[in-house]
Amino acid sequence: MLPLRFRRVTMSARVLVGVKRVIDYAVKIRVKPDRTGVVTDGVKHSMNPFCEIAVEEAVKLKEKKLVKEVVAVSCGPQQVQETIRTALAMGADRGIHVEVSGKDYETLGPLQVSKIFAALAKKEQADLIILGKQAIDDDCNQTGQMTAALLDWPQGTFASEVTLEADKLKVVREIDGGLETIKIKLPAVVTADLRLNTPRYATLPNIMKAKKKKIVNVKPADLGVDVSSRLEVLKVDEPPQRQSGVKVETVHDLVEKLKEAGRI
Amino acid sequence: MILFRQALRFTSRLPFICGRCRTYSAQVGSVERVISAFRSVSGDEGVSVGSAVREQHGRDESVHICRPPDVVVFPRSVEEVSALAKICHHHQLPMIPFGTGTGLEGGVGALKGGVCFSLRKMEQVLDLHQEDFDVTVEPGVTRKGLNSYLRDTGLWFPVDPGADASLCGMAATSASGTNAVRYGTMRENVLNLEVVLADGTVLHTAGKGRRPRKTSAGYNLTNLFVGSEGTLGIITKATLRLYGIPESMVSAVCSFPSVQSAVDSTVQILQAGVSIARIEFLDDVMINACNRFNNLSYAVTPTLFLEFHGSSKSMQEQVSITEEITRDNGGSDFAWAEDEETRGRLWKARHDAWYAALALRPGCKAYSTDVCVPISRLPQIIVETKEDLIRNNITGSPIAGHVGDGNFHCLIVLDPNDPDEVQRVHSFTERLARRALAMDGTCTGEHGIGLGKRALLREEVGPSAIEVMLGLKASLDPKNLMNPGKVL
Repeated sequence: MLPLRFRRVTMSARVLVGVKRVIDYAVKIRVKPDRTGVVTDGVKHSMNPFCEIAVEEAVKLKEKKLVKEVVAVSCGPQQVQETIRTALAMGADRGIHVEVSGKDYETLGPLQVSKIFAALAKKEQADLIILGKQAIDDDCNQTGQMTAALLDWPQGTFASEVTLEADKLKVVREIDGGLETIKIKLPAVVTADLRLNTPRYATLPNIMKAKKKKIVNVKPADLGVDVSSRLEVLKVDEPPQRQSGVKVETVHDLVEKLKEAGRI
Repeated sequence: MILFRQALRFTSRLPFICGRCRTYSAQVGSVERVISAFRSVSGDEGVSVGSAVREQHGRDESVHICRPPDVVVFPRSVEEVSALAKICHHHQLPMIPFGTGTGLEGGVGALKGGVCFSLRKMEQVLDLHQEDFDVTVEPGVTRKGLNSYLRDTGLWFPVDPGADASLCGMAATSASGTNAVRYGTMRENVLNLEVVLADGTVLHTAGKGRRPRKTSAGYNLTNLFVGSEGTLGIITKATLRLYGIPESMVSAVCSFPSVQSAVDSTVQILQAGVSIARIEFLDDVMINACNRFNNLSYAVTPTLFLEFHGSSKSMQEQVSITEEITRDNGGSDFAWAEDEETRGRLWKARHDAWYAALALRPGCKAYSTDVCVPISRLPQIIVETKEDLIRNNITGSPIAGHVGDGNFHCLIVLDPNDPDEVQRVHSFTERLARRALAMDGTCTGEHGIGLGKRALLREEVGPSAIEVMLGLKASLDPKNLMNPGKVL
């Protein structure tokens, strides 16, 4: 008798997609005067670009009828519901809003988020988790990997191509040396890299339809997750200002200036 | 009346190789005197006399040679623009507004020197009203920048001239694009403008902050400034009309035995009320260039590229109506696609047209003509134009057109260092413009008058209209400081 997992036909598969609300990529970031972080008040926020790619991939799988349901998940305060709505407008079926606010939200990081995802994956009986490879605000590139470890699931990170073959996933990964192709068994975690796909723009009719889709509110405590952080941010600084160059007249002057600057 | 001849003449007197020459300003000493005044308004980083910066702001994407200004200023707000304009007005300095420098008619050349107002630091998207479908932008916001900003809202600004141009610059040149057949040009999509006039006055053409979708209040000042190409004032804000991103986009391609059959199909498609968003025409020379450039194998005959926007349910029907029309007109190889990847592949030929044309003669420059005629006259003018090209040895010039508007571009690839060729091309473009005028058309469908078509404008609108235009110019800019030497 085959184990229960093998009996699960991919046609009824459920995909969990994580979407993070971040400062929009086009905004010029400013450090707060007290150097505890960056200015977020009144600044345009949108879905992390790699999360957009993750949602697009999940919706494509659904359109090809390879998976049954796409669930969009986001952790944060009330505003993250906008981000979940965008995922719904792109084609996700329903949303889960994990409520984290105030100090807990400021210190929320990959370890807590991956614990939340692991708990949700079990609760929702997910077969596949697709995340963006990293968020453009913290550039951590840890959540996907930690989630897989907590669940003891295989992982296909930096995916530039994903193909579903029965109960296995063929993932082409972008690595330093080029491309690596692996086959991993479902259930698994995949993190999306830039070239995986080009995300669709949410059309106005789809945004209207998405308003009828459900978003369920959940608290981390309900999932048995402690969101307190073991990290403390000491300070945040801007990168040093670029200095203008100096023109010199002779090679001798160049050598003198390099010596002055302690370079030689 | 001169495109190239005048441009060539100025080459011999040319200039700015050493940054110390500032030969063209009206009063040389005055520029140095005012630079410290500029710095007190815009800061040290907001004023530049570096030769590289000035040259960058003296050219656009046309074949007209670089005409650098004497100084470039970078204001950060409308208050700074107004203060700088007052200084220029007092010292009688020409002012040239600069957006992204992607114009095609030499509109940013500082013929009399003066001050270039580079508006790129004013780059905010202000006041988006989603339910009202309007947004206000500053001149530094480009078309693609705005659409990226709007991507979560389901709205977009569909006027697409190709380049990633400044939206206020597009308003100044009354830009259009491939989507005009469904969404209109800038003339139909600008609701309000904030303009700084030559004397520093800040004007709101429809009233400050107003954005009703329609109005009958007073003279239409907004559309006076749309298309004025910087000769009446500096646009510092534009309120634009937005549209919902359509639920579904479908692309199609079809080959035709002749230009006439392609245009006949176009007319019938428009008459059938099909929700067409783009109808692009490529002639056989263009298709051949595209085949070679992209390793494609389209049939080398006149071809139509179409795009439909609408709801997914209606797409199937729209496509089959269109297919039937094209078949009735002798069309063949009708192919269509809905998913983004295949659509991209179908349209690749059209998207790369400019580069494919350039690749026909590597090392040469390309010049695009821009006439527009009533759709019914399009077959005739294209046929006559092709005969003209062959007769005058201006070989291999592909034609691409927004056939739904009767607007087409002849992409002439020429060697700018061959005076004979330059002369032949110049005469050809004049003949083409006059041919279009003779067919109740215009000498410029979307690129503007700029530097080279001023005489043609006179022929087109007639002496009375020119007198009115001159009167308006004199009323708003009596000292002729706003982008002198353009349009009129």
